[in-house]
Amino acid sequence: MSRKLLTLFILFIIPALVIAGCRPSTPATSPAGGAPAQPVVETVEVVRTVVVTVEVPVPGEAPAATPQVKIEVAQAPGFGDTLKAVQARGNVICGVNGQLPGFSFLDPQGNFSGFDADFCRALAAAIFGDPSKVEFRATTTQERFTVLQTGEIDVLMRNTTWTLVRDTELGLNFTATTFYDGQGIMVPKDSGIASLQDLEGGTICVQKGTTTELNLADVMATEGISYTPAVFDDVNATYGAYAEGRCDAVTSDKSQLSSVAKGLLPDPDNHVILDVTLSKEPLGPVVRHGDDQWLDIVKWTIFATFAAEEYGISSANVDEIRSSTENPELKRLLGLEGDLGAKLGLSNDFAYNIIKLVGNYSEIYDRSLGENTPTFIPRGLNSLYTNGGLLYSPPFR
Amino acid sequence: MTTTYSKANILPPPSESSTLWGWARKNLFKTWYDTLLTFFILGVLYALIRPFIAWAIGKAQWEVVQVNFRLLMVGQYPAAETWRAWLCLYLLAGILGLSLGVWARQKPWLSAILLLSPVLLVFYPDLSSEARNRLLGLALTALLAFAFGRWRGARLGRAAVILWVLYFPAVLIIIRGGGLLENLAPAVPTSLWGGLMLTFLLTVVGILFSFPLGVLLALGRRSSLPAARWVSITYIEVIRGVPLVTILFMSSVMVPLFLPSGVRPDRVLRAMIGITLFTAAYLAENVRGGLQAIPRGQFEAAHALGLSGFHTMALIILPQALRTVIPVIMGLFIALFKDTSLVATIGLLELLGISRSILAQPQYVSFQREVYLFISLIYWIFSYGMSYASRRLETRLGVGER
Repeated sequence: MSRKLLTLFILFIIPALVIAGCRPSTPATSPAGGAPAQPVVETVEVVRTVVVTVEVPVPGEAPAATPQVKIEVAQAPGFGDTLKAVQARGNVICGVNGQLPGFSFLDPQGNFSGFDADFCRALAAAIFGDPSKVEFRATTTQERFTVLQTGEIDVLMRNTTWTLVRDTELGLNFTATTFYDGQGIMVPKDSGIASLQDLEGGTICVQKGTTTELNLADVMATEGISYTPAVFDDVNATYGAYAEGRCDAVTSDKSQLSSVAKGLLPDPDNHVILDVTLSKEPLGPVVRHGDDQWLDIVKWTIFATFAAEEYGISSANVDEIRSSTENPELKRLLGLEGDLGAKLGLSNDFAYNIIKLVGNYSEIYDRSLGENTPTFIPRGLNSLYTNGGLLYSPPFR
Repeated sequence: MTTTYSKANILPPPSESSTLWGWARKNLFKTWYDTLLTFFILGVLYALIRPFIAWAIGKAQWEVVQVNFRLLMVGQYPAAETWRAWLCLYLLAGILGLSLGVWARQKPWLSAILLLSPVLLVFYPDLSSEARNRLLGLALTALLAFAFGRWRGARLGRAAVILWVLYFPAVLIIIRGGGLLENLAPAVPTSLWGGLMLTFLLTVVGILFSFPLGVLLALGRRSSLPAARWVSITYIEVIRGVPLVTILFMSSVMVPLFLPSGVRPDRVLRAMIGITLFTAAYLAENVRGGLQAIPRGQFEAAHALGLSGFHTMALIILPQALRTVIPVIMGLFIALFKDTSLVATIGLLELLGISRSILAQPQYVSFQREVYLFISLIYWIFSYGMSYASRRLETRLGVGER
């Protein structure tokens, strides 16, 4: 008997030892171990040098005669690898939610559509000049970071809130915010409620134990509005109670209100989302640590859509503006002057391709979340900074 | 002392009335309280079902299913390549017709109705003429194969078995494409597989590969070699102690972390491996049950005949053991078919996953009932079909009779 037990014991111990032995050799990006990126930095052996040209402007001289000083900048080993891999493969692999109305979903023809899917296409347009060169990969909440860390996808374009922990500990980089989500409030259309103040003395349905509940209490206390929270255990019960008219309003993240909630309401068209935001949920594309070129490409692809809207360039008029403009910034943006694209490792007309083939930010937004769609969300914070929103592109120069 | 029976004492044999009314009178209206109960239950059923029927016919909007029918069936599989899915259906119709012709000789009209069922779908409104022709062709193929099977009879029995065995690998090759078939059928990456087709393929692969593995594990567990026995026991007990969803999560989230970066193992393949490994452990235990049910005398008789250990197993023990556990194994396979819906949790777009994606189409977000009802119907049809086939197989092989 004891011999049998011993055999069994050994059988368990050997795999355990093997697994334990393998553990440290796995990439340091493992989320479970929570290992920070530190070990990667320590094991850097090869330092790639990249030639970077630096323009030294000389006053009074034409740009063509600008003397160019070549300096060498040390880059981390992963620099440029992602773009090379993407170009060799011939498509960008883009992780999306796949089941979020308005953001990413399969249309009846079997193509991914929506706000996030369009930004994937913008990235493909920037790299290949062809928005169809995207392989969409539906990811679940649990696996979204792993598939990015392990290189199964090139970029995660999924409703993921930018937080400090995710930006650091998970070995990820948040590039830019494409959608400023936040907690919103939905009311029946005919209720006449238009602002938080109108909810004075009312009842608000909210899901139990979420940050949503706490945010609501905080904001209402700050604003000095008295209300009765009606707390429910799960999503279905919350919206069920709201649908039965047991509450004057229901609160959750705006993107959820526009999608999930409407799916659960019998008369989705009779409800509106108020133009107030109770919490910060910045959503945007995420890339791996370690390839700053790729980070820049994704970031500037997003900025190009912001800038295009700011300058009034859309897919409809981009050709006309390109042929007629005298504005040097527009010329640089559209690839007529300078070599902004080359600095990213792309062609100089990358921004032109994005605008021409996918559109500027407002076109992308209106296509999926605009007034004429069933998933209408008011622009709110997602307006240009010139319209009181938060969208602001650094200059293209 | 012998008892003599006069003719008057002998009662006539009880008459079994086989008419519907006779059956109803015997089972539903035998006494007054039977009648009362029958009407009461009928009333309750009516009250429960009527709103459902009213909803299904009047209020439900089946447009969401109609518009997304192709997605539900084959997912994102390229439209230009859907002929391959049809080809698999044609092969299935042919083999099914042949098998019914060979084996189901008692009630040919029943088989004929079954084989003609695709014709019923022709009357479905808004069907493209192409699909209509293909459905008609499907029924025709099945009927021709059926007639051929009846004509040639039992001589084709072995051929039918071989065809069934070859069918499933052939389906995998046809759907996957590539390789030698590159010109005819270009490779379709598994990331585009979806819908009912993916559900079906996951089940088929699970069954095909878990069966040999499960039998080996069962034999290993009863082996007298300690190494084989302990490896089998450890494997079976570890896998059986873990839920399937955990194994799927492991395969989708953990496995890539242990592999060198840049290696992108196929996700569908990973799910298939997970399902196969899981099912094999359960199957091994079922087969072991069958092995233990074989009386010791069988081993001894085989031994006395001078059969080697391998021959004893392959010719005497396994055929009997496997026949005993057919109902349990079929139950396991039906469960496996339904369990494939768990891969939706790792982001694969099989029947359930693709339904969720369809429900995210902004114009259809509120049609959850229609979509979920439709896919439950599909799950039911297939599960019941498998259950029915297994019962036929049991009768045929005389399980529990010999």
